[in-house]
Amino acid sequence: MVIPAAIGAGLAVIGAGIGIGKIGGSAMEGIARQPEAAGKIQTAMIIAAALIEGVALFGVVVSMG
Amino acid sequence: MLYVKNISRIITVALIALLSLIPSNASATIVEGTVNSSKELNDFITHHVKDAHSWHIWGENKTQVNADGTVDVLSSTAIHIGLPILLIDNGLVTANSDDFNELRWIEQDGDTTYYAQGKINETEYVMFHEKIYHLGSGLKLDEKGHPTNSRPLDFSLTQNVMSMLLSVVILLLLFLPAAKKYKKQGIHSAPKGRQNFLEIFVVFVRDEIARPNIGEKKYARYMPYLLTIFFFIWLNNLLGLVPFFPGASNVSGNIAFTAVLAVITYLVTQFSGNKDYWKHILLPPVPKALYIIMIPVEIIGTLTKPFALTIRLFANITAGHIVVLAFMGIIFSAKNIGWAGLSVPMGLFISVLELLVAFLQAFIFTMLSALFIGTAVEEHGHH
Amino acid sequence: MDLIIPSEGLLFWTTIVFVILLVLLRKFAWKPILGAVQTREGNIQKALDSALDAEERMTALTAQNEDLLKQAREERNVILREAKVAGESMVAEAKEAAQKDADRILVSANEQIANERMKAVVELKNQVGKLSLEIAEKILKSELDDKAKQESLVNHLVEDVNLN
Repeated sequence: MVIPAAIGAGLAVIGAGIGIGKIGGSAMEGIARQPEAAGKIQTAMIIAAALIEGVALFGVVVSMG
Repeated sequence: MLYVKNISRIITVALIALLSLIPSNASATIVEGTVNSSKELNDFITHHVKDAHSWHIWGENKTQVNADGTVDVLSSTAIHIGLPILLIDNGLVTANSDDFNELRWIEQDGDTTYYAQGKINETEYVMFHEKIYHLGSGLKLDEKGHPTNSRPLDFSLTQNVMSMLLSVVILLLLFLPAAKKYKKQGIHSAPKGRQNFLEIFVVFVRDEIARPNIGEKKYARYMPYLLTIFFFIWLNNLLGLVPFFPGASNVSGNIAFTAVLAVITYLVTQFSGNKDYWKHILLPPVPKALYIIMIPVEIIGTLTKPFALTIRLFANITAGHIVVLAFMGIIFSAKNIGWAGLSVPMGLFISVLELLVAFLQAFIFTMLSALFIGTAVEEHGHH
Repeated sequence: MDLIIPSEGLLFWTTIVFVILLVLLRKFAWKPILGAVQTREGNIQKALDSALDAEERMTALTAQNEDLLKQAREERNVILREAKVAGESMVAEAKEAAQKDADRILVSANEQIANERMKAVVELKNQVGKLSLEIAEKILKSELDDKAKQESLVNHLVEDVNLN
């Protein structure tokens, strides 16, 4: 019971990690290209990261339950 | 160099401070006794991140288990505050958590679980994993270890409720005098001290969260709500990071707490929804034949947002508590002080990270609430 | 797991506590704070605006002053020029008048001279006539007895008179 749950949680975390990493990377590129839009890009980045994180946490919580 | 030296001194002081806190954290148990194994550590952490009917402050009990299922307390260094218990069970039943004073144990699949039993108003109740059940003819567990006994509705003033009330008191003590100052001094004096500090965050919520996400015209209406959730969540996150009484409660990592806030955001969003918003949900821009699929999808879509808010805050804060405790618990489950060399720096690192997370999660919750409200009040010109 | 099942008690108390907190903070904290912040921002904006306005007015005033100065300078120039012209014309007029006077005086002088001369001529004629008469008388008186003399004298006199 514990090991499949851990694998499921781990997969969810890997997915979120890749997703948030991509968002962070793209945001950095965006800021480098347009430093004056840094504030807006950061806000959008945080929102997108939060949404992905939400999905990953669903996965973790479901595999816990 | 001087800078590095100062930093290392601060870290040393912090390490010593943290070390002195470990006993209160890691050996805090209720009736189970001390943490000696990973199973006990698991139980301890689970117990810590959950709500409790009494507020444990310090110490542990040394107990002896009897064959008849009772437990005797041999000696106790435990200090706790008994909290009011309110049950709806054929009318209101009031008691104190100390009324659950008979310690018992039950075994299932080789695991021993301790629980407390008590008599309130001639009815016998048991408290099993901080949940109250009717004793009836005895505690019966199903194959998953959950009691099959019936439960009264439990509206007790638990540790989390008390901690939440404490945060309310702190918020009121912080903001009411500051607001009074504004009223008294008017706008003719520059903000000073606390007033200035608080104003930064108030203006932050207004200019970084409300204005860009809700819009210049309508943001003012939602400012009180957004400010309240922001500071309420942030303060509760921070109180949870304080490793000793009256902190350490996992209020903002409790799913009931996060669910209530998320539901309120949901209700605010739906009640603020304008014509365009409802049109998008009830008359989506698709062929009429697809309405039977699309309308439920849109409605479920609105429901996933508060659900995501609930889970995000709950999981982030609870995970933070679990990781800090797990690092500290390594020392006790391995029964070797040498592990402190790893677990203390790591615990400190996570604790500092959690300070950031405390703010970030309050920010994200408020930000997403503002975003959802913003989509509901947005004027579409292109439909 | 128990963790993800919300307990009814905490749901209830969180709702109550949050709503009370929201009401209290809304009434006693957010309204005064947000109001004051907004008013202060408004005041700062107003102060900035008025400073900008004052600057603009200053610039306008300076420009106006310069205009006035320029205008005054121009007026002065105009007046000077006019005065010069007037002076010149006055001098010219005076000259003209003087010339005219001089001309008139010259003409009248000439006339007078002519008149005097005429008068003198007339008088001379009269005198000559009188003299001629006297001469004639004398001649007549002395030379009447000698006819030839008489005639030569008359002829001589007449020749003389014809000089004029």
